[in-house]
Amino acid sequence: MDYFIELFCSGLTRGSIYALIALGYTMVYGIIGLINFAHGEIYMIGAFTSFIVATVLSIYGFPLAAIVVVAGVAAAIWSSAYGYTVEKIAYKPLRHAPRLAPLISAIGMSILLQNYVLLAQTSDFLPFPELIPEFSFVEPIAHIIGSSDIVILLTTTVVMLALTFLIKFTRIGKAMRATAQDRTMALLVGINVDRVISATFIIGSALAAIGGLLIASHIGQINFAIGFIAGIKAFTAAVLGGIGSIPGAVLGSLILGLTESFATGYISSDYEDVFAFSLLVLILIFKPSGLLGKAETKKV
Amino acid sequence: MITVKEVKRSLLVSLWFVFLTFPLMVIKVNPYERTVSWRWRNMVYVAIGTFVITLLAKAWFARKEKRMARQQDSCHLRLPIIQRILQKPGYRNSLAVFLLGAALAFPHLFSTYQANIMTTALMYIVLGLGLNIVVGVAGLLDLGYVAFYAVGAYSYALLNLHFDLGFWTVLPIGGLLAALFGVLLGFPVLRLRGDYLAIVTLGFGEIIRLILENWNAFSKGPSGISNIPRPGFFGLEMSLDQAMIYMYYLMIGLLLVTIFVVNRLQDSRLGRAWLALREDEIACQAMGIDKTRTKLIAFSLGAFWAGLIGVIFAAKTTFVNPASFTFMESAIILSIVVLGGMGSIVGVILGALILVLLPEYLRALSEYRMLAFGAILVAMMIFKPEGLIANVRRSYCYHGKKSNTALKNDE
Repeated sequence: MDYFIELFCSGLTRGSIYALIALGYTMVYGIIGLINFAHGEIYMIGAFTSFIVATVLSIYGFPLAAIVVVAGVAAAIWSSAYGYTVEKIAYKPLRHAPRLAPLISAIGMSILLQNYVLLAQTSDFLPFPELIPEFSFVEPIAHIIGSSDIVILLTTTVVMLALTFLIKFTRIGKAMRATAQDRTMALLVGINVDRVISATFIIGSALAAIGGLLIASHIGQINFAIGFIAGIKAFTAAVLGGIGSIPGAVLGSLILGLTESFATGYISSDYEDVFAFSLLVLILIFKPSGLLGKAETKKV
Repeated sequence: MITVKEVKRSLLVSLWFVFLTFPLMVIKVNPYERTVSWRWRNMVYVAIGTFVITLLAKAWFARKEKRMARQQDSCHLRLPIIQRILQKPGYRNSLAVFLLGAALAFPHLFSTYQANIMTTALMYIVLGLGLNIVVGVAGLLDLGYVAFYAVGAYSYALLNLHFDLGFWTVLPIGGLLAALFGVLLGFPVLRLRGDYLAIVTLGFGEIIRLILENWNAFSKGPSGISNIPRPGFFGLEMSLDQAMIYMYYLMIGLLLVTIFVVNRLQDSRLGRAWLALREDEIACQAMGIDKTRTKLIAFSLGAFWAGLIGVIFAAKTTFVNPASFTFMESAIILSIVVLGGMGSIVGVILGALILVLLPEYLRALSEYRMLAFGAILVAMMIFKPEGLIANVRRSYCYHGKKSNTALKNDE
């Protein structure tokens, strides 16, 4: 039973990280109908930036709390900047091009960013500094759930609530929903669609960066290639939940995380990535609109 | 002309990039020795590089706009020189004969090593032409093309290992197996929107690779299968050099067949259905084209060629392992098609020669190979989506005197 609960908790942790990345996919898809292949790379850049900042600060002897805050903020700022720039360079000029063009451009951007980090930094796996301390109250249940799991679950919950608030109640959130429903109409009622698109990329990238920071400190190491697999899995989660739907992305991510956790725990860990891909193919065959997506997709 | 305003804007852009690349380009930490190195010189490179690129991009767009303004009428387009040569049968045929002669003489003029590199380039040309059917002509973005290549390579390796089948027997089997996989994968997915196809083929490519890597009993895992025999020629004994040259001629032969088939396909009923499907699916269905079937044929035909080349790859290197079939391989083939010009046969040939031979001869730059491939995909889409040699669609022009009424109707 303990093993089951342990797998369940690690599945939830996994799933909530996927959710942070999947939200970026789903929001961008909802607004401009593009699969942003470079999103996984934005997540990787977030993890790398926080790694660099955290290591530099710890070498210069800053206290742990300051390191966590500064690394998190830096990761979010730079990831957002990358997300914004990628949109401006690779997607904006192609907004009226044939469907294939932005997709190819996105693939190119993903390859470009991956190799940029490889060349600017290194191809080795790097040890990520320990940012999350072992809490004493976790000790009695430490064999089931670690303190980093708890931090990840709490952080993602807070971030999700903040995002829901932003989309439901703020001006920019309203503008985003309007643009997703009908871009031309949104333009007509005076919404600056370009700015809304930029804002979507910035918010999605910041979420991915937080995900990157959390997973890197949870696993304890990073590498330039982590974005590729994480990106595909988060996309799978977004499709599973119904692409374009925000609650769908969260639900899909949790299901994917749990599936992976149980499958690797009870079946075999060799095929960890195969489960996610097979799940993706199965959803697309039997329910391409996803769990919460509607046929006449109402997007957020 | 470059104005002061444009220079100012480019300066701002380059400043933004200095900020953007600051943590990754300037700082490098060594977490083991706990040292930080500040590479300020990179910052200067980034600043100068982005400044120049921005100015060039602006100049390019200005020129393009001017040209567009000058030629409104698509019938009187002034085609680039290559296109004009290609459109005149006399020039085109003599060029083709010359190129064929050069290709046939190549192994005798240069060393076997050079011929070997050329064989690789020829393989990529055929792969590019195969993917061109799928991406360029039919407009289906296949990101797992390498999976079919792997199917071909492993079918030769395994059939040879277990049943002792020869190269010539497996060549068609490998192609057909890959085509079968294409049908199996394409059937559920091709009914969906194009983007899903891209990501599912990407996932499929990874699944195939992971299975080959982990299923030791079936594929011998990451260590791969070695000692695969080279193709035979009526039981003739060949030295290594002769075998390489034989391989080269074999590829030339396959390339000619491929060019012939692809060329004929494009003008067939099926080829026109692909083009039409790429342009407008709904109109196509209204015209009575079976969407799924037409797409499926394109998909499996592309896979068939990948399977053929897979068999040849296994025979050429005499060794296969899963590491040869990563996503990056698919990305290279896609770059070839995009750089050359989607749908254009001459373009794909040129694209493959550039992308395979350049890194081979400029070893110093090979580190930046993948970076360049990514950049090519983005840059081509932004600056020249039709590729180096565009595929000129057949069109009819009215060459008589323009009547005033017709002009008025146009406006």
